[in-house]
Amino acid sequence: MIEKAFEITDHTADVGVIAYGADIKQLFSNAALALFSLITEVGSINEKLRRHVEIVSEDKDSLLVEWLNELIYLFDAEHVLFRRFDIESLTNNQLRATCYGEDLDPLKHKIRTGVKAATYHMLKINKDNRGYEVQIIFDV
Amino acid sequence: MSKWPGQLAKIDDYHWEIPQSYKDGMRVPGLIYASKEMLESIREEQTPEQVANVACLPGIVKFSFAMPDIHWGYGFPIGGVAAMSVKDGVISPGGVGYDINCGVRLLRTNLNEAEVRTKIDQLVNRLFANVPSGLGSEGKIKVSRKEMNDLMAGGARWAVKHGFGSEEDLDATEEGGCLKGADPSKISDKAIKRGMPQAGTLGSGNHFLEVQVVREIFDSEVASVMGINEIGQVLVLIHTGSRGFGHQVCTDHLRVMEEAVSKYGIKLPDRQLACAPIESKGGRDYLAAMACAANYAWSNRQCITHWVRESFSEVFGKSPEELGMKQIYDVAHNIAKIEEHMVNGQKLEVCVHRKGATRAFPPNHKDIPQKYKEIGQPVLIPGDMGRCSFIAVGTQKAMEESFGSTCHGAGRVLSRHAAMRSLRGKDVAQDLKRRGITIKTGNIPSLAEEASQAYKDVTEVIEVCHQAGICNKVAMAVPLGVIKG
Repeated sequence: MIEKAFEITDHTADVGVIAYGADIKQLFSNAALALFSLITEVGSINEKLRRHVEIVSEDKDSLLVEWLNELIYLFDAEHVLFRRFDIESLTNNQLRATCYGEDLDPLKHKIRTGVKAATYHMLKINKDNRGYEVQIIFDV
Repeated sequence: MSKWPGQLAKIDDYHWEIPQSYKDGMRVPGLIYASKEMLESIREEQTPEQVANVACLPGIVKFSFAMPDIHWGYGFPIGGVAAMSVKDGVISPGGVGYDINCGVRLLRTNLNEAEVRTKIDQLVNRLFANVPSGLGSEGKIKVSRKEMNDLMAGGARWAVKHGFGSEEDLDATEEGGCLKGADPSKISDKAIKRGMPQAGTLGSGNHFLEVQVVREIFDSEVASVMGINEIGQVLVLIHTGSRGFGHQVCTDHLRVMEEAVSKYGIKLPDRQLACAPIESKGGRDYLAAMACAANYAWSNRQCITHWVRESFSEVFGKSPEELGMKQIYDVAHNIAKIEEHMVNGQKLEVCVHRKGATRAFPPNHKDIPQKYKEIGQPVLIPGDMGRCSFIAVGTQKAMEESFGSTCHGAGRVLSRHAAMRSLRGKDVAQDLKRRGITIKTGNIPSLAEEASQAYKDVTEVIEVCHQAGICNKVAMAVPLGVIKG
């Protein structure tokens, strides 16, 4: 069992994270958690609303990138922050999830980094006997 | 990250070649502009590998270029220039970057350092109040869905039509502030939704607005054509791009390109280099969408210019005209353009990708303003907020050698995360204050990310380009006041 959900790594121009998961669903959920912890203090987000997200794509790598880009879009265009992600179903080319969080409140949520896109750069989902891991580079 | 293992062949003190034989699939050699001292840090990041990867793209001609401010990007390096033949080459959104038409604009004033220094706090506060900045900042201008279409098609021209600045500003902007071929029907609803509220905002990250003072003039004749007359003169530099809108355009089209890569059987060393033939639907659609984002960025800088002039007027009690606040130039740092260049003695239509690079057209080029015909196109190269920025001009040598391109800035050496670990935003602000630089930001902790220590020294970068002959130094300016999002 992997205990860490994610860690932040160094990338000169941008920001990288490594997300972990005992299974693939947890990997996707931890990657999303890593994204929002780059944006703000996740502990400051309450669960006041939920959003349903559905993604269709050609493989798991691009599902992951598009999943994160969808969340970035919701943050940048609609100013919603999330703290919990319930991945309901995840196949090789489809993802369905419900995300829990609240509207951005500038007085309550201190914004750390304006993440603007998840990239494909060096992205590869790896699996070993302990579980899954993936490095994601974000453009900020 | 391990050090790049390949060999660099020295051509002269400022040109280093990655031979085409370095890697299977390279269609042209790589060419890095750098001094010997810079090579070490360039190798440390594996950036030459990215230069070699770009050399594998279909239709690339001459070289895959890297400017001295090169650093590691996703897919394409930042500081990369690559020209692809329109007839049989590809266009890659990664060769433009997410922040489409991230660029800089420089304004002159009649004010001198002493006049501005006494009012700098007031000026910086007015600028901060008048120019919307910061993360997720929303604009003072409300753009309707229909107006958004006009904005995407019209660029800075749209802004001037709505009372922000003048025709004269457009004349002093690359492409007149409006890239042709913009087609709003190629833009997703998501991009529109991200773009509408952010129109006319500075944003965050490395974007800034800087009140500068001229510290050195290297070529007074050329400088005077730009309206830079003396040491101590105050200038204003605006650095921003297409905000969330450009990012969404890039994200959307990368997805389309992924499909094109398998459809056309293009072999890529890195997925982030996704591309499509320039003459294919996917390629043309991206160019049409990219032009919308480029125009959005030009409109942004045009609106901000207007608020900068208003702020100076409020503080100095004179009109922008009395203050001589003319625009020197506005140039893109992240863009792809269809241009005509000489390749192997023949005229060739190429798509020049400039990702973290500046167009540097020579004197008498048809695409530069009449007033600069004799001196060449102004090139604006900002440094980090604690050091200095340069003004240069394009050269014939750049035209012949690097598709009329030169460097764009300092280039990072320290990751944002590493900078945040080793520095504190508050200390950075205090250090700047001690050195006579007033800073105003909505996000103090993130100042650490943009501290001088996180960047290469822009002086070394410009020196290499000047010595290599791909631009000529004209003047150097240092910051007096900085606004950061």
